[in-house]
Amino acid sequence: MDLITPGLGLVFWTVITFLFLLIVLKKFAWKPILGAVSDREDGIKTALASAENARKEMENLHADNERILKEARAEREALLKDARDIKNKLIDDAKGEAQAQADKIIVQAQAAIESEKKAAMAELKKHVADLSIDIAEKVVRAELSNKDKQIQLVESMLGEAKLN
Amino acid sequence: MTLSTFRNVFFSALFIAISFVGYASENPENENGKEFNAKEMIMHHVKDAHEYHPFDWNGKPVTIALPIILWTDQGLVTFMSSEFHHDDSGTQIVERDGARFVKYHEKIYQLDASSQEIVFDEAHYPANASLPLDFSITRNVFMMWVSVIVLLLIFLTSAKVYKKSNNKVPTGIAGFTEPLIVFVRDEIAKPMIGDYKYKKYMPYLLTIFFFIWINNIFGLIPFLNGANVSGNIAFTLTLAAFTFIITTISGNKNYWKHIFWMPGVPVPMKIFLMPIEIVGMFVKPISLTIRLFANITAGHIIILSLMALIFIFESIAVAPVSVAFSLFILLIEIVVTAIQAYIFTVLSALYIGMATEEEH
Repeated sequence: MDLITPGLGLVFWTVITFLFLLIVLKKFAWKPILGAVSDREDGIKTALASAENARKEMENLHADNERILKEARAEREALLKDARDIKNKLIDDAKGEAQAQADKIIVQAQAAIESEKKAAMAELKKHVADLSIDIAEKVVRAELSNKDKQIQLVESMLGEAKLN
Repeated sequence: MTLSTFRNVFFSALFIAISFVGYASENPENENGKEFNAKEMIMHHVKDAHEYHPFDWNGKPVTIALPIILWTDQGLVTFMSSEFHHDDSGTQIVERDGARFVKYHEKIYQLDASSQEIVFDEAHYPANASLPLDFSITRNVFMMWVSVIVLLLIFLTSAKVYKKSNNKVPTGIAGFTEPLIVFVRDEIAKPMIGDYKYKKYMPYLLTIFFFIWINNIFGLIPFLNGANVSGNIAFTLTLAAFTFIITTISGNKNYWKHIFWMPGVPVPMKIFLMPIEIVGMFVKPISLTIRLFANITAGHIIILSLMALIFIFESIAVAPVSVAFSLFILLIEIVVTAIQAYIFTVLSALYIGMATEEEH
């Protein structure tokens, strides 16, 4: 019967001891330990969440990069096309201008040649005239000693002059 | 230990025992002629005592004297248990402040003013003595305090680990205690009480869990010699009373409604259920008390009984069997220490959870 009769002394000391243990452990053990554990759990949770966010951000960045790259490529294409067009246009323009210049030069040259030719012809005619006069003079001097011959010569020369 | 190895050990031990039985029965009577009383020995170990008696040396008991604190009709009386000179039969009389005290069957009696020595009636109860209120630091109180010191060492050291390491990584002893604490939180408090309300009750649940567990373990350590704190009904009753008080204080409207006016049943049923629920309110802590007390005490009694077989048969040949059996029981008991602490905590948490449950 003793075995199942709670002793007052032990009840008393158990109450005091248990309350002491509860208060001390609560303040100095459970609070810091549970706090540290939940802090760590929160830390892990936030770390996981931020990792997920970072992953999403990376994905976004990647997509952005892709888009920017595409745009850049398109722009480059456009730029190159423009450049090519400009180049072609420049070449064409230059060609046209050169042609025009050349044509102009040719025309001028032709004109110059024509005028030179005319001048040369005039000179030649003058020379021929002078020469003819010299010759005629000489011939006349020689031939004019004989009247018949003079007349004959004049007639033949005139006939020649008409031919010219 | 697996079952098959246990079976092997068991049968070998049995075989050895049987082969020695003939030899054993020829042995003469006990040397000092004193009859061995298994019940007395077991009860002595299981019950509380006024001195701490770890072992005998050269036939003399080696004891640690503990203070005896009595509240008598003349006020507080204190002296050391050593003044009884290990006497437990009521013959050694200690006089203090004109009052005479004797110790009989681990109880301190105060002799009536006129009597000089104790007189027993037919039922072997002291006839001329009264029981003063006994607040002595008994063996159980002493061992309880040792367990408190150990608990404080373990958990204050654990807590220090977190303070030291700024990244809050559990190292050293915290690596051992943290999973247990997290277990109490995640497997006991959270599912039984609920996700947000549990926090308030965590210190209590953790404290009873480890307090019961360490005292259960201390009870199994042989050289601590019967530190049967958690197998003492006063101890279990006190802890159960704490659970009862907490349950009653935290009981919400819904809880009391379920006790006094059960919702959802017809009125005659409500009236019928009310006394049952009221009784149930008290049965819960009583069941907690008895479960822990009976389990731990039963374990002690079984181990001691198996050991007592050696002395009952008065043969060393029984020893292998006794030792094998008590080793087996001891291994079970090691599991039981944790299980009983767990059950007490789970049920406490469950009762608190029932008291704080919201209407659904």
